[in-house]
This record gives sequence, C-alpha cells and structure tokens, in this order.
Amino acid sequence: MITIEDYRRVAPPGAVDIVLRLAERMRGRRFLHLSGGRFGGGAAEILQPLVPMLTDLGVDAAWEITGGDPGFYATTTALRAALGGAERLLTDEALDHYVEMNRLNAKKLALEADLVLVHDVQPATLVGHRPAQGRWVWRCHFDCSRPSRRAWTFLRPYVNQFDAAIFSLPKFARRLGIPKYVIAPSIDPLSEKNRELSSREVTQILRALGVAQDKPFLLQVGPFTPAEDPLGVVNAYRLVRKYYNVRLVLAGTVDSERESVETLAELREAAQHDPDIVLLELPPDAHLQINALQRAATIVVQKSVDEGFGLGAAEAMWKGKPVVGGSAGGLPQQIIYDVTGYTVHSVEGAAFRLRHLLNNPELIARMGAAGREHVRRSFLITRHLTDYMALLIHLTR
Amino acid sequence: MTMEPFRFIGCVELRQALDHRATDERELLDRLEDVPAGSIFYHTHGYFLRHRPITTAYGNDFASWVASQVRDQVLAERLAVINPFEFATLEDLREELMSSVHDHLIRLSTVPRVEFGEAFYFQQSHIVEVPLGPAATTLAEFRDALAAVDTSAIYFHMVEARARLGRRSGDFAEWIRNSLGLPALAERIERIDAYMTSLERVRARVLALVDSALEGAAA
Repeated sequence: MITIEDYRRVAPPGAVDIVLRLAERMRGRRFLHLSGGRFGGGAAEILQPLVPMLTDLGVDAAWEITGGDPGFYATTTALRAALGGAERLLTDEALDHYVEMNRLNAKKLALEADLVLVHDVQPATLVGHRPAQGRWVWRCHFDCSRPSRRAWTFLRPYVNQFDAAIFSLPKFARRLGIPKYVIAPSIDPLSEKNRELSSREVTQILRALGVAQDKPFLLQVGPFTPAEDPLGVVNAYRLVRKYYNVRLVLAGTVDSERESVETLAELREAAQHDPDIVLLELPPDAHLQINALQRAATIVVQKSVDEGFGLGAAEAMWKGKPVVGGSAGGLPQQIIYDVTGYTVHSVEGAAFRLRHLLNNPELIARMGAAGREHVRRSFLITRHLTDYMALLIHLTR
Repeated sequence: MTMEPFRFIGCVELRQALDHRATDERELLDRLEDVPAGSIFYHTHGYFLRHRPITTAYGNDFASWVASQVRDQVLAERLAVINPFEFATLEDLREELMSSVHDHLIRLSTVPRVEFGEAFYFQQSHIVEVPLGPAATTLAEFRDALAAVDTSAIYFHMVEARARLGRRSGDFAEWIRNSLGLPALAERIERIDAYMTSLERVRARVLALVDSALEGAAA
C-alpha cells in the first residue's frame, strides 16, 4: 500500500513535512466528501487516492456517494452539461425528481462532519439537508462561467446555501454570494497513469498497442471530440510532415454522441490514407497504456479548443515532455509559454511550434525538464492534499 | 538580550477569487483602486511564492498579464520594475502601480486591451501558518534547519513577515540580532535583495552568510 512517505521521492523537498504538520492539526476532525460515484474521471479520479491518504494521515476522512434511479442520473447528466454551457431540456418535473432523490439520499447518508466537500452536480442539493454543525463547501470541477440560464437559475440558490465554493480557476467561477476559493486539480505521480516505467515496460506496451518506435512520434491523448480538435492535430501534423519524418499517434475514447462518432469517422479516413497516423481507441481505464505512450512520445500535443482544466498537459510534462497546447481552459496555467512548451491558437501555430521544437532537439530536453519541475511544484496530489487541509483549518478555526 | 529559540513556520496560500476582472488597461487601473489591499499583496509579493522556481520574467502578476495577454511591452516594463519591497505599506504600493498605469494611459490615444488572450482575474490569499520542525537555539542549529525547510518558510519569514506582518527586518535578521546578538550578520541578511530572484536563491544567500559567520567564529 502506498503511504504519504512514498511521496517524499517525488514531491518537492519539505512538501511531505507540511502535509504531516497540517494532518496533526486535523486529527479528530471529520472530513466528508460527497460525490456522484466512485469511478471515472474528475472528482472520483482524485478522491480514489486522496481519501486513503487522509485516512493514513490520521484524519477522520470519509467518502459517500449519492444514488438514484435512471431519471435521477439522466437529469444530473443533463444539468451538468447545461451548467457547462450546452443546451439541454430540463423540465420542472425532472428537476423536482432530482431534488426528491437527494432528499432520500440525505436520510441514508451520515452527513455530520467538520467539513463537507460536495463534488459537482449530483450531490449538490444535499446542502438543503445540511446539519446545524459543520462547514459545507461546493467543489465545482468544471467550467461553470457560461451556464445555460435555466440551469444556473435552478442551481444558484443551492450553491448560495454553502459556506464557500471551490473552482479550479478564477475564470471558471460565476458571481456568488459566498467566498470562492481557487484550488487547481492535480495528478497522482504514483498512480498507474503516472508512475515511473522502465524502457522495457514502455517498449512492451507500445508493441502490444501496435505503435512502432522506429521514428519520433507526436502524441495527443483525449476523447475524439471536436472540443479536443484531433482533426486540427492531423492538419498540423501534415504541415510538419513535409519537413520531418514523424508519426502521429492519437489515443482516446469514443462516446456515442453524434459529433464524436463523426469525428472518429473522419480520423479513420485520414489514418487509412497515411500509415503514419495511428489511431488508438482505448477504454477509459487504459492508464498504463497512456503512461507508456506519453513516455515514448517526442512531443505531446493538447490542441483543445474547448477544455476544462485539461490535466493531460500536466501528465505529459511530468514525463518530461514539452507540450504544444491550445489556449483553452487550464492549458495556459499549465504550459508556461516558451519555458515548458507553447500555447497556440491555430493549426498553423501548432505546426510552427512542433517544427520549431523538432528543429531544436536541445529545447525538447530543456523544456521537458522545466515542465517536470513545474508539475512537481504545482500539480501533484501532495499540493492538492495540502490545499484541502489548509482550507479545512481556515474554515473551521 | 533575550534568548528565544527560532521556530520555522511554513505556510500554505489559500487563493480566493474576487468579483473583479479587467480586460483592458483602463479597467486594470479602475480595479487597482477598488480591490482590497490583500489583492495587491497577492499579485505582487505573492508572485514570489508561486512563480519563481521556473521563471523570474516579470516580478508581479500585473506586469505578467500586460506583457503576455495585452501584449503591451511598454507598460509591462514599467510595472515589472516596481519592487514591492521598497514600499512601507500596501497602500503606497497600490498608489505606485496606479500611477504607472495612469501615466502610461494619458500618453495613448486608445486603451490597449486583450484581443486574443485572457482577462485579468483579481484574487487575494489567506495564509495558513504551519509550524515546522524543532526550534533552533544556536546559529548552527538554525543553519541546519534552514537548509532543509520547505521553501514556503523562506517566503513566510522573508516576505510575509516583512510586507504583511509589519516585521520590517524579516524574522531571520530579527532573531539573529535580538536572540544571538549578532548585529553584523543580521544586517547582512536584512540587505539580501529578494526581488527578481527565487526563494531557493534567497535560501542559498542566507546560508552562505551564516556559513561564513560560523567559519569566522570557529577560526
């Protein structure tokens, strides 16, 4: 089992000592997380390692999830999309049912704690049933700055019942009547997705994926959706290909949304005519494969045009790779321009920066090293743990 | 002279988003006037805690934003050169920042604004103090603890203590002068220029001065 002491070899010097000191002050206090599920990305991905770490540190940490019927899940999925700015049909009946299901959840769950962190949309209305004691904080993991009016009108009165809210970036927040804290998400450097791999392991995994290592390759990891702009990456690669004998690997997941299916069809078409475009359709839990691909890549691309925080850039930088990324979401916060990579605004910009890096291999190594150091100081789970414990101490003093 | 042990204190910076933002230099000027003093502190002194390990390009968030998002190099240079450690109060610092933006704007016919970049989002911070390690009672113990302590402790004792807590000499110099009775060493530490460098370099400079004092005492 991984313990906090294991992070000493990856975290900045002194960071684990700060964690241990904060934990001493939190002993005896209950820290409850409420989320919509235990699996998948977003809140669940970070809570999986974080809650056991808190327990290991002697904090009375707990993680409860809300449940419901298919109608509950359909409504919360639609509400989440609408809060992210998409148009969705949200009827009064469906929203009433969501609130009612959480009334039943409130009866089943032990909600007493010194600090309750409510993650995202599914458990949000539980705040209407908060006990008299304890501080409640809404942790919003997505960009909530441009919600559909209907969705925000519904949720805002609930959000204002919290003592505070946390957003990943200031620009993701809406005007609220409560304090808004800013805590960036993080990666777990000891997880399957980010742990060290030997070159033999990398070679074996790439062989199993059918990715040859006979030439440099550019990599983008992410869902095959227009938001991630994989077609733009193909166009940038084609501009680079005129000058450099490189391969493009696009690794991602597919969902059943029409736009995603159409994007994938176009990517398949492109790959059919160019053997150096490798399309890998991976399951959501292909963490080790993504780890190996990022370690083997020459440069990692994250050319999103619509993005949340987008931790893929931090994952790649942790593996010592420069990142050429879009300017959306949290990418400008992760990629320090001209230091750890480049943010770009167009296909041409991506191609130009990829050529620039391929033409200056010493830059690839230098930016890769700077990127790893930047992630070590700003985006590791130890920093995230520190921020949460400091927040608890700040709010309950 | 009273002998008090030195206790290193690290810190965690909790960031709070404010409902103020700027998309052009006029709005930057207006918001600079409105925001709490804590926000001025966060975007100037706080910059040292967040950015320095990688880059020392601008010196504060305002200059960084004007350079990278508005792309106005002239104002960026004028803001970057403002050394927050030179000002006795945050209100004096606010005044200097505002007058730099104002002087720049009156020479222009149009207000430079963000075209393709991001708005400036004003924030402030709450510092949670974290006592670290055993207390030092001698210069040698102080030296060993300083070499190993988290960089946030360098920030707390050299920046936070001076700028926000009113201990103008900084905690290291104050303790060395008052508890160890070494005014010459204290003065040299007090003179370390923390502007436009990293917390690690500040640590290295304090260590070099302490090592030199320890060698002198042993000789």
